[in-house]
Amino acid sequence: MSQYVLSQDIDRCIGCYSCEVHCKANKNLPEGPRLCRIYQVGPRWVDKVPRVAFSFIACFHCEKPWCVPVCPSGAMQKRPEDGIVFVDPEKCIGCKLCIYACPWGVPQWNPESSKAVKCDLCKDRVDRGLQPACVTKCITGCLYFEKKEFMPTERLKQHERMVSIYPPTDE
Amino acid sequence: MRKSVFSMCGMCTVRCPIRVEVEDGVATWIEGNPHILAGSLCGKGSAGLSFHYQEERPQGPMIRQGLRGGGQWKRVTWETALDYVADNLSRIMDKHGGRSVFLSCRGGPFLDLPKTFLKSLGSPNFTNHDASCARNVHHASLSLYGLGRKDFIYDLKKCRHLVLYGRNMFESLKVKEAKDLMDGLSSGMRLTYVDVRQTVTGSKATRFWMVRPGSDYALNLAIIHAVIKEKAFDKEFVDRWTSAFDSLAEFVEPYSPQWAEKQTGIPAREIFELVQELGADRPRVVFHPGWMLSRYLDSFYASRSAHILNILMGSVEVEGGQIIAKGPGDYQKAGLHSLEGRVPKVAEKRADGVGWKYPHFDPGPGLFHLFYSAIQEEDPYPVKAYISYRHDPLTGFPDREAQRAGLNKLDLIVALDAKFGETAWYGDVILPLSGYLEKDSPIAVQKGKIPRFIVRRKAIEPVYESKPEWWIFRELARRLGLGRYFPYEGIEELWDFQLEGTGLTIRDFEEKGFVDLSDEPVFLDRKAGLKFKTPSGKIEFFSPSLEQAGFPSLAVYEEKEPLPEGTFRLVFGRHAVHAHGHTQNNPLLHEIFPENTLWINEQVAKKMEVRSGDFIELSAGGVRVNVRAYVTPFIHPEAVFTVHGFGRTVPLLKRAFGVGFADQRLAKGCLELYDRAGGGIAYLESCVRVRKAAEKEMTAT
Repeated sequence: MSQYVLSQDIDRCIGCYSCEVHCKANKNLPEGPRLCRIYQVGPRWVDKVPRVAFSFIACFHCEKPWCVPVCPSGAMQKRPEDGIVFVDPEKCIGCKLCIYACPWGVPQWNPESSKAVKCDLCKDRVDRGLQPACVTKCITGCLYFEKKEFMPTERLKQHERMVSIYPPTDE
Repeated sequence: MRKSVFSMCGMCTVRCPIRVEVEDGVATWIEGNPHILAGSLCGKGSAGLSFHYQEERPQGPMIRQGLRGGGQWKRVTWETALDYVADNLSRIMDKHGGRSVFLSCRGGPFLDLPKTFLKSLGSPNFTNHDASCARNVHHASLSLYGLGRKDFIYDLKKCRHLVLYGRNMFESLKVKEAKDLMDGLSSGMRLTYVDVRQTVTGSKATRFWMVRPGSDYALNLAIIHAVIKEKAFDKEFVDRWTSAFDSLAEFVEPYSPQWAEKQTGIPAREIFELVQELGADRPRVVFHPGWMLSRYLDSFYASRSAHILNILMGSVEVEGGQIIAKGPGDYQKAGLHSLEGRVPKVAEKRADGVGWKYPHFDPGPGLFHLFYSAIQEEDPYPVKAYISYRHDPLTGFPDREAQRAGLNKLDLIVALDAKFGETAWYGDVILPLSGYLEKDSPIAVQKGKIPRFIVRRKAIEPVYESKPEWWIFRELARRLGLGRYFPYEGIEELWDFQLEGTGLTIRDFEEKGFVDLSDEPVFLDRKAGLKFKTPSGKIEFFSPSLEQAGFPSLAVYEEKEPLPEGTFRLVFGRHAVHAHGHTQNNPLLHEIFPENTLWINEQVAKKMEVRSGDFIELSAGGVRVNVRAYVTPFIHPEAVFTVHGFGRTVPLLKRAFGVGFADQRLAKGCLELYDRAGGGIAYLESCVRVRKAAEKEMTAT
């Protein structure tokens, strides 16, 4: 896991998909690859109100990322200083092994460049002291980007809330 | 080289303040203005980059060849296009006078240029889209306060109870409003959400009422009834500022919550529960009087009743409730100079009849749809030329065939737009407007708690051969010998003219992109300082101007007839990544929501043996379309729902062309079906027939 945590406050998320567009606009990506995703859960009746929850998923920046060792060209890397997992487009040969290796389907295919592309937590912005595009421009401020040692237990509790109050539907 | 530019978004008509980063002349980043929005922006806002740099937009002036709507165009120079428009306007005006030209737009803060142009021609026929949107709300507001819809701000951050009627704030997205609403909810605001279906906004509510379509007015009458019965209103405010309270109380006497339960499907007990909460929450209560409320023939009264509830709550000029929007004059500051003010008044009466035939409507923008009958009948006089300025009535207004019949009688249709709209495509000349990143705009005033001047600044050079409106209107005026009304060479001179006497220069906008006219908000004195622009100076539950025009101040509720078997109200609305009909072809937004579906109630669908993903046939008045079903329990059985803006017919828009369906096409006859008291089109009074489509009929619209 990288030094950073990208987390979401479920109660404040309005599922507007803006994060997805902020990400793609910032990376100048064509139609096809989507580096972060909003997944809708519900609506379902919770007491007397049909509730909807939206789950934000980007790359987990694993402690032992499966995408890195399978990369034959050394394009997929983990930054030693902060653990951000990223792909260097100069070195990527477009073999798609990372796409198959990742259990979450995180690396995406860029049909324009014929290379893999993935969430790198906007490391260029992070290096400039800024936050990732999705966090910077989130409408309701439901996304948080923090060093993991600063991640308060509140956030963890919110994640519990996601799975307890908005459990996946049976359908 | 890198630069940072403060500007205003143009993806939808909210025009959020933005900051744009440009590297070597290419825009690379757009965010919400950090001083106002802390960087927040919606997806459409970020997709502004892909709008400007994709090629499916008008790239240069075009003149139609062949038949209208035939799609054959000749690319011409600006010189040729402007000469063509000016020559045709001259010829038409020589024969029929300046009044034979009308211009429509979508409202907003930059209207000085088009209004000046039209007025300089001697035409009174400036109009806008609002008859398809908020006219009912505006007129309802005027009939009570003498103040318009935009003269109020809803203080959502501090509100304790917000009641929304299908006003879907988390999907219709004004960034500041959505942020404030979420902050309000986080601080414990109660939200009662009333709609014919569940939305994202409703999913965050503390109370959700799935109301029978078209019965909002019945619901409000019952809430007023219960508020008065339970004495849950602000007696001091009502005594001080309203007239005819007793007649209101008497009028609502028969409309009990028990009565409303039968009309609306909302249990009487729950209406009483709401009223009890209101007693505790007032005056920090907002009954949202609606935004797009061109729905039913009684939408004006539905909105008026929501306004009445705000008044009973004492929610006027109060934190957490409605606050009266202040302009520069309210802070003893000079306003902006307008070009229009220098053009002689036009004495001619409006072709749409507003202001004389229909004295109860605001003559400002009149009513767009009434121009069609004026064109057809040449009554009160011939109307022969139409300038569509950033407005696409064939998408926004109902009944394509009826509209085209009207447009066909015109000698000239000119479209100024940055996109290929349905109307532009049906016109004679397309004059491509620069996109919002590519142009400077005049300085705008934004009324508010604190009034503000704000400006759109050019971030990048036009990608194609487009021009800004300050240039296009000036060039047209010069060709018509009216250049004196546009006395500037560049935009800087126009800004200097606007700012004369304010003590400000354009450089004052560089630090933040706007100038606030005060540091602290000032509230008017609720005991003595409120000014209502009604004849009595009070809030008028009984409105003489309405009564004089033949409309009751308080209308008797007319129960909606049950719909014939197999027919439904076709309700339409928004998705968070689309702005009406403007964004369907945007590469990034199309990817997220490419096609609209038809929401249909699960019980109804079961009877029709329709499952999600099946094709459904919709028909009305000879128009038939097929669309995929989305089956859900979260929509009222009398309604079906879709996202507006799809079913585009311009073949150059490769992503959006022929995808999904255009709801407005099915609102047959609605051009003449409008709320006579409020002026708004009654889209939902026209019903659609729904049946399962046979496999072979799976054709596009």
